[in-house]
Amino acid sequence: MEASLIPPVLAELTAQFLLLSMLSIGGANAIIPEIHRRAVDVEHWMTDADFAQLFALSQAAPGPNVLIVSLIGWKVAGITGGVVAMLAMSGPSSALTYAVAHAWERFRDEPWRIAIQLGLAPVTVGLILASGYVLTRAADHTWVAYAITGVTLVIGLVTPIHPLWLLGAAAIVGVAGWV
Amino acid sequence: MNAPQTPVGASALFLGFLKIGLSGFGGVMPFARRMIVEERQWLTELEFLDVLSLAQFLPGPNIVNVSIIVGRRFGGIGGAVAATTGLMLMPLVIVLALATLYAQVAQIDAVRGAFSGVSASASGLILATALKLARPLRQHAWQIAVCAVAFVGIALLRIPLLWLLAVLCPVSIAIAWWRRA
Repeated sequence: MEASLIPPVLAELTAQFLLLSMLSIGGANAIIPEIHRRAVDVEHWMTDADFAQLFALSQAAPGPNVLIVSLIGWKVAGITGGVVAMLAMSGPSSALTYAVAHAWERFRDEPWRIAIQLGLAPVTVGLILASGYVLTRAADHTWVAYAITGVTLVIGLVTPIHPLWLLGAAAIVGVAGWV
Repeated sequence: MNAPQTPVGASALFLGFLKIGLSGFGGVMPFARRMIVEERQWLTELEFLDVLSLAQFLPGPNIVNVSIIVGRRFGGIGGAVAATTGLMLMPLVIVLALATLYAQVAQIDAVRGAFSGVSASASGLILATALKLARPLRQHAWQIAVCAVAFVGIALLRIPLLWLLAVLCPVSIAIAWWRRA
């Protein structure tokens, strides 16, 4: 190891998530494709399968969906990486939120604010759709896996069932060795 | 004005958001509403919707933004730090512990199988979330077009997010401005 105070990979991780923090309009689900692009395609930190499994872990653990960020950090640089990635992901956006929260009420009915909200909404939806696509491509390699994705999608759309039941059922199919 | 009805201390904020953080799996927003509006009555339903719309509109994890706004409202910078720390501390500890545990057992066939199943299902959940969010877009053809451009650019062409947002957001907001009633 070089005698450096901060390992390069940790510095890179921090830089990536500091930027992503300000790009994550639509929340954590909207930046999944970008995290995947950087972590798998550009930096080669992990394989498609690793990425899909970390996402699964983040969904199966209690807590906000942004936990995927700390699992990426953990994969790259251990516990430190996990904590650092989460702090970097939350820092800039939280500072911005803190700064503008007060002014929000005053602008609530301004036409420009409504235009921004109407304009950003479809971008956000497109990004989350892209997340679903990227995750499906990363996770599904058998027809059973595609079937699980499809069944979850349909049941998730038409019933108010708690997602944990669907994840649990899929886990059982997986344990049986069918995926 | 939005003066708080009752003072809420930093420790109450910490504990309240600690509970929210541990309430849900793969997202906790429905539990945040229940706790903040119904259980503790820190905010009214309308105040919460206002907080939520700001939290979603600004960049950053939505629930973290909620904790910042609610914490700030009742306790300034100390309240914001208390609420956000309460929200993230335990989920972070638990997920990193699970990850460490997972690394020990990842080679076992049954575990690998289970995670293959769960990741296939988790992808379906995100797709369902996206399609639910897409429903209101049907009223405006231009919004469907913008949504399609974002999807193709990111999912199929793999354009860096920064470039896509830098071009598409101003265009989309400009269309929204011109088309406003």
